[in-house]
Amino acid sequence: MTFKYNNVYINDTATITGPYEGKGPLSKYFDKSYDDLYFNTKTWELAEIKLIEESIDILLNKMELTKFDVDVLISGDLLNQIVATNYAASSLGIPLIGIYGACSTSVLGLIIAANMIEAKQVKNAITSTSSHNNAAEKQFRYPVEYGGPKRKTTTFTATGGASAYLSSNKTGIKVESATLGKVVDLGISDVYHMGAVMAPAAAGTIYDHLRETKREIGYYDLILTGDLGIYGKEILKDYMQTEYNIELKNYDDCGSMIYDILNQAVYAGASGPACAPLVTYSYIFNKMKKKNIKRVLLVATGALMNVTMVNTKNSIPAIAHAISLEVE
Amino acid sequence: MDKNKYKNLVSKHTPKENVLCNGLIAFGVGGLMGVLGQALIDVYSYFLNITTNDAAMLMIVTLVFLGCFLTCLGFFDKLVHFARCGLIIPITGFAHAMMSAALEYRKEGFVTGIGANMFKLAGSVIIFGVVSAYLFGLLRLIIMGG
Repeated sequence: MTFKYNNVYINDTATITGPYEGKGPLSKYFDKSYDDLYFNTKTWELAEIKLIEESIDILLNKMELTKFDVDVLISGDLLNQIVATNYAASSLGIPLIGIYGACSTSVLGLIIAANMIEAKQVKNAITSTSSHNNAAEKQFRYPVEYGGPKRKTTTFTATGGASAYLSSNKTGIKVESATLGKVVDLGISDVYHMGAVMAPAAAGTIYDHLRETKREIGYYDLILTGDLGIYGKEILKDYMQTEYNIELKNYDDCGSMIYDILNQAVYAGASGPACAPLVTYSYIFNKMKKKNIKRVLLVATGALMNVTMVNTKNSIPAIAHAISLEVE
Repeated sequence: MDKNKYKNLVSKHTPKENVLCNGLIAFGVGGLMGVLGQALIDVYSYFLNITTNDAAMLMIVTLVFLGCFLTCLGFFDKLVHFARCGLIIPITGFAHAMMSAALEYRKEGFVTGIGANMFKLAGSVIIFGVVSAYLFGLLRLIIMGG
């Protein structure tokens, strides 16, 4: 399902990260990085709530707006009952649409916001996403201080919060079109190989997008997936070639970009809902504003993983949503 | 693409774990832990003038304390990351699993946090430890008559 937009723009964005991202190769592009994983709070969960709150604060300050100027907040995260979103929204008092798309949440939020603005239901919207490495480790894997061995294909949840302000004002980055993804399950149940879980979903969405917009892959200066990691990236390239006979050129993956894979202990790269927007809103938008690249297809990939389902021998379904971003 | 074909495609791009290298490190570190344990038993029994059995008990207490203490200081996970099963299989791994869970859940309260979650990882070690001890005891009874 592809939507076309004539009048939707991402006017500005804000990104805030933890210490690992702040020491990574993209550090100078982030608005703020903390050295403390607790972000001056008492628990990992409170830290993640703060990531959303503060990214929205930074965004509103940048735009010289107040929260009363915002029509709707569309936000989601990885924690159970999307608590980071819900608690952040309770202190903000902006009408909320809470969403869950695992690590595809950022683009899902952008699509919903763009549809509402295009339909003139709202004048503007803020979309937010967060993830916190330790909060995610605690919920999905082992206690943070537990050092059990992990495999090379394991991804490292990025810590950060990212927010974007969208409206029909013609400044910033144009949201040109978007494709909603389908849930895909090719039988992978390995929680330490999420790149393999998500690659077919990304491939399916890219293929659908190209077919429905009648475009060639070369139309885009950059195809950017969310968090496949360095091995998932190779799987996607191979899958696109074998299944759809499309050679992925000008392609990169946010999960492979945010850390220094060789020198930081992050295994196959970054994952988490914050991964895709942290890279896109900072480094990629910077390049787009300088007109180094003009057309980007951002494909945020989400593994819809549930510990109980995996423990009861079920495979992991995945989804990917794509959004086409342009500068004129 | 069908699931089997995809599985093949995935394994083509999945790196091999260095089983031999990891095994050798675990063997070396695990062996050193054994040496440390034996040294502690010898030291305790010599200086405290106690039986080897009592000294072994003190050795276990010492290693569990070390595992817990280094976990609390925040770098035992990095040692385990390097030494892998060399530190997980000995009693230090058990202490590390208990302590890391206790640290993680201490903010959720004494009963609902620490009490309910401390055995999250170590619980299965105890359960299957007891079960296998029972089975091997039974085998010993059948084969050797007690």
